[in-house]
Amino acid sequence: MRKSRLWSWFWIFIGTLYFVVPLLATFEFSLRARKGTLSFLAYERVFKDPAFWKSFGFSLELAVFTVIISVLLIVPTAYWIRLRLPQLRGAVEFITMLPFVIPAIVLVFGLIRVFSGPPLPLTDTYFGTTALLVAGYVVLALPYMYRSIDIGLAAIDVRTLTEAAQSLGAGWGTILFKIVFPNLRVAILSGSFLTLAIVMGEFTMASFLVGIKAFGPYMSLIGQNKTYESSSLAIISFILTWAFIGLIQLLTRGRAEGQMAGAR
Amino acid sequence: MNFLTLTNISKTFGNTVAVKDFNIVVEKGEFVSFLGPSGCGKTTTLRMIAGFELPTTGQIVLDGEDITFTPPNRRNVGMVFQSYALFPNLTVAQNIGFGLRVRKMPVQEIDQRVKEMLSLIHLQQFGHRYPYQLSGGQQQRVALARALAIRPRVLLLDEPLSALDAKIRVELRSEIRRIQQQLGITTIYVTHDQEEALSLSDRVVVMKDGLIEQIGTPFEIYNFPQTPFVASFVGTLNVLRAKVLDADKGLLSLEGQTFYSSEPLKQVRNGDVVSVAVRPEIITLVGGGAELNQLNCRVETVTFLGSIVRIQVRIAETMLFFDTFNNPHLVLPQVGAPVTIYFPREACLILELTRE
Repeated sequence: MRKSRLWSWFWIFIGTLYFVVPLLATFEFSLRARKGTLSFLAYERVFKDPAFWKSFGFSLELAVFTVIISVLLIVPTAYWIRLRLPQLRGAVEFITMLPFVIPAIVLVFGLIRVFSGPPLPLTDTYFGTTALLVAGYVVLALPYMYRSIDIGLAAIDVRTLTEAAQSLGAGWGTILFKIVFPNLRVAILSGSFLTLAIVMGEFTMASFLVGIKAFGPYMSLIGQNKTYESSSLAIISFILTWAFIGLIQLLTRGRAEGQMAGAR
Repeated sequence: MNFLTLTNISKTFGNTVAVKDFNIVVEKGEFVSFLGPSGCGKTTTLRMIAGFELPTTGQIVLDGEDITFTPPNRRNVGMVFQSYALFPNLTVAQNIGFGLRVRKMPVQEIDQRVKEMLSLIHLQQFGHRYPYQLSGGQQQRVALARALAIRPRVLLLDEPLSALDAKIRVELRSEIRRIQQQLGITTIYVTHDQEEALSLSDRVVVMKDGLIEQIGTPFEIYNFPQTPFVASFVGTLNVLRAKVLDADKGLLSLEGQTFYSSEPLKQVRNGDVVSVAVRPEIITLVGGGAELNQLNCRVETVTFLGSIVRIQVRIAETMLFFDTFNNPHLVLPQVGAPVTIYFPREACLILELTRE
């Protein structure tokens, strides 16, 4: 018993080292911008760079739009599939998994090829290109968002809740916005933060469509040209991702319990 | 007055016939139960009244209005589900007021109605709680209040007590009946539990394989079953395979002993073998009177069940059981002892015929 416990701790220790050492090393390196002393100079430089805030803001905007469109598209779809077309679930799940199989580079070239000429020359304008990028991000976020929402729908008895609402006089709009969306709050939040994290760091599609205006290509450029700043950006990006995951945990704690119990 | 009429209703799912030629007229304020085993079509019929399923053929008329194809949200029909179906994101009060908000009732009226409903189900202090903070029984009471808050024309209950434990089930059963009588609301209740159906209903519809077997008061259903299925499904029975000796006199023979049915046996010839059902509660060990059938048998088991004692007896290869009320002065028969059992002629129900 004692021996197996020892081994458990040993493997936990090895795992921790594997994850923490590179992180600590990067962090320590990012503090060496000023010769002979440890400082946050690299971070100062990053935060003082207007391009950082511009690209960060731009990507955040794209992420918010991606989340809104994904939610509006996927929640009704997943709900309707569970309610009326359960035989299509397998096919839809397969489609939502395609972004894992098709590389982003293929997707972006496909988008550029289709939308760079008539009948929909979207790449000719700033708005068109940005819209195209958001559309691409919606596709990239599909597996995460659909999974989260589908799991959320599985936790509530969506058919009976729908029928209960109908018997009380509710139409489809009321059912969707007063019953389905509020009961999927936890699932939608989880999917949204994952989408946010993905969009903020996405490089391939952004670099081909908008270049360094987006945060991903900006980070890549800094990585190529500025040694210490690139390490500090890696740490900032890491903190951002963990902050989003932390937010999921924070916002879903307790509510998830209530939702599950209520759905029994 | 005909309030709810179902005429020639049938429903098929692919090649499966779920309900066939269903006809019933329900009076205003009546409590009708659909009783039957799983898959008999009772829930499908209820769902057609609610509007969740459309009939393949037939017509549903409610309060003079043809609602056969009316969407469920325009029927003003209250529904209570087996799984409660309370909205997890809303408090008890919000759940009860949901249908009223959908109807855009003034807030003050909603508050007033919610209070009335909470008082009706004796949960005045629970309005601010969420469904997951309530027990199963409390949740079902809230579901009932929610369905009643919209003042529905008909209240539909789909096995509302099935998910609850036995004690709560009995409590809530009387609560449902009390509320139904208090409000005088027409109610359709689906159950597979005969005790529930018999104790709650003004009339019971017994169903099997999508067809109505019998419609009647609980008294009629229990005491005068019209089909072998009703007789065997409702209550418990002793089934005796007896030979017809004299069909005109109703004379039957069981393992060499004779007994009578109350009436001449129709569509039966002398020499036929019939299944005769006798309810266990009608059999006694105390005899007397020429009108009583009597059979000599031997005691097999005596089981003490608290308020009653169940005695199993054997006549050659035929086993019978009957119950007797317990009392401190009761002299129980010994296992293996010969006894004579008595039952009235009217207690014999002829179930089916086997022609040899």
